[in-house]
Amino acid sequence: MARLNLVEAIDQALLQEMERDADVIVLGEDVGRDGGVFRVTDGLVERFGEERVIDTPLAESGIVGMAIGMAISGFRPVAEIQFSGFVYPAYDQLVSHASRMRTRSRGRFTVPLVVRMPYGGGIRALEHHSESMEAAFAHVPGLKVVIPADPYEAKGLLTAAIRDPDPVVFFEPARVYRAIKMDVPEEQYEIPLGVARVVREGRDITVIAWGAQVRVAREAAERLAAENRADVEVIDLRTLSPLDSATLVASVEKTGRALVVHEAPRSGGFGAEVSAQLMERAILHLQAPVRRVTGFDTIPPLSKLEDYYQPDADRVVDEIVGIMEF
Amino acid sequence: MAITTVATFGVERVEVMDPEGVVDEALMPDLSPERITELYGWMVLTRRFDERMLKLQRQGRLGTFARVTGQEGAHVPAAFALHDEDWMVPAFREAGAFLVRGVKMEDFLQYWGGDERGNLIPEGVRMLPTAIPVGTHMLHAVGIGWALKRRGEKAAVLTSFGEGATSEGDFSEAMNFAGVFQAPVVFFCQNNQWAISLPYYRQTAACTVAQKAVGYGIPGVQVDGNDVFAVYRTVAEALERACGGGGPSLIEAVTYRVTDHTTSDDARRYRAEEEVATWKARDPIERLAKFMKKRGLLDDAGEAAVASDADQRVAQAVAAFEAVDAPNPDEIFEHVFAELTAPLAEQREALRRRLAKEA
Ligand SMILES: Cc1ncc(C[n+]2csc(CCOP(=O)(O)OP(=O)(O)O)c2C)c(N)n1
Repeated sequence: MARLNLVEAIDQALLQEMERDADVIVLGEDVGRDGGVFRVTDGLVERFGEERVIDTPLAESGIVGMAIGMAISGFRPVAEIQFSGFVYPAYDQLVSHASRMRTRSRGRFTVPLVVRMPYGGGIRALEHHSESMEAAFAHVPGLKVVIPADPYEAKGLLTAAIRDPDPVVFFEPARVYRAIKMDVPEEQYEIPLGVARVVREGRDITVIAWGAQVRVAREAAERLAAENRADVEVIDLRTLSPLDSATLVASVEKTGRALVVHEAPRSGGFGAEVSAQLMERAILHLQAPVRRVTGFDTIPPLSKLEDYYQPDADRVVDEIVGIMEF
Repeated sequence: MAITTVATFGVERVEVMDPEGVVDEALMPDLSPERITELYGWMVLTRRFDERMLKLQRQGRLGTFARVTGQEGAHVPAAFALHDEDWMVPAFREAGAFLVRGVKMEDFLQYWGGDERGNLIPEGVRMLPTAIPVGTHMLHAVGIGWALKRRGEKAAVLTSFGEGATSEGDFSEAMNFAGVFQAPVVFFCQNNQWAISLPYYRQTAACTVAQKAVGYGIPGVQVDGNDVFAVYRTVAEALERACGGGGPSLIEAVTYRVTDHTTSDDARRYRAEEEVATWKARDPIERLAKFMKKRGLLDDAGEAAVASDADQRVAQAVAAFEAVDAPNPDEIFEHVFAELTAPLAEQREALRRRLAKEA
């Protein structure tokens, strides 16, 4: 078992799946010779050649649109969008075509496509490089939305995403890319899509997060545990669509309280969906309103003010304490 | 029946000054010695500013940015050819154009230092802020051009972008709209031959960017982008035509990105050092200096004076940049809408309470 960061874990998942399945194709801007601007596809073109690791012209709609055609033809394209902030030219392809092809063609044509992209803040980036717009994708019928929280998760979830028969949008938390290393098994494994993970068990409150915020939630939980103030259960959603509400409900039935943490804007963020699910399915178990720690309904500020926007353990601790005192 | 030719097209290239600074008098643009000296000053300032920005970035005082060294021969004369009433709609590799148009260096630094207050373009300067999403801004130029025309203003819009941007669908839409509406727009492509790791020929099967104009029924021309006179002449002509109701056009300025793509990039991963060295030897500032020396507009002492004057101005700007107070967190909520909405007011209040508690 090697200690890998998230970049290396995804690179390995791609490499192994490309070895296993000759139909897996990687395409995107700078994914070949350069190995991707984050080096996620490092070494792939040397290994598999330019026929399978394709440097495309600079056009996101082109990348995703062409990948849809490849997928319809039986290939398993894994398209990289350089930053999620630049996916919008391809949004039309995802919403109007990738997500609907199976339904429209009554199952005749399918789109086993993965669109990978870094997302989220905390990396002191330029404009358009810190957004967290996962809800705008989870809202699209026919798209699966997956967000790994750490290297182990990333490898297993990406492998499952590539093998999935339907289009998957795979958001990679840029802030986690090189922030942590952990043991990742050398052999391939799948983490099934649509199953949330209990990261830490607890009795008093359920904190639900995904991506980089799982670490934030965990840090808050450890702090409260160390101070004997609350026993926090942390759940990593892993897949926003399809949503595993059963795991959330089971947890809340036990704890009676819930908090959602996301860095995306507050209004209409995915936290609202999680909260609604709990309201519908677990209201009689809730001892306090479900609350949220989120970004603001603003553009993520540039680096000088970024920390005020991003959720952090202090905010999560405060909110948990507030819920406990309700 | 017969097969006939219904249309033929050619692509011209304009060169005015050779690498030794020798010009073709017949092609020289109408520029007085004073204006040439001024243009040279802007180019040197742009170079010195870019070099200083790199140092600031390496010290952690600026974030990632795209350098312009080696491309001063393209976007600086293009901006210099604009009149105050003309608009410019830039991408993200035109630092010199920002300076020429009247954006303060300290503001520019502030923006790239991660403070959006630096993005405030001074009142009266007809220029949009940096556009980072590649290839999406040219349509705005078409809309601005349409508005100028509709209001009967004798002015035009110059929009700049890299050759990579011509691959985006919005580029085609912008060229097409401009053609259909005969908008007074000059599409100015700095073809620096690399879009991050992709060389020109991997971006398009067309042998020039200029020929892309043909498909939209507008004129397209290629110029030596390290030849300030070729660029100035061509842009000035295109602006004049646009102002006079002659419609849009496309200019491809062939230059080279001698630097890494941005300060986060390492170009050695994907291209040969020799190619870079060849282009470094074609430096646009040195070429103009050679011309000016031949004309008696510049000597070695003058050259040094221009450089040290530029350094001084840059140093003053850096000092002004560093004297700026940290932004108030309230700024996050400013300018989202014309008026602060109820949800935003509530969120701002929550942040204020949190900060007060921490203090
Ligand atoms: C829509 C979009 N896709 C991708 C990117 C990431 N990106 C930034 S610059 C760049 C290359 C741009 O090449 P070009 O247009 O030739 O301009 P140059 O950088 O060479 O000046 C890329 C891919 C982006 N900013 N916007």
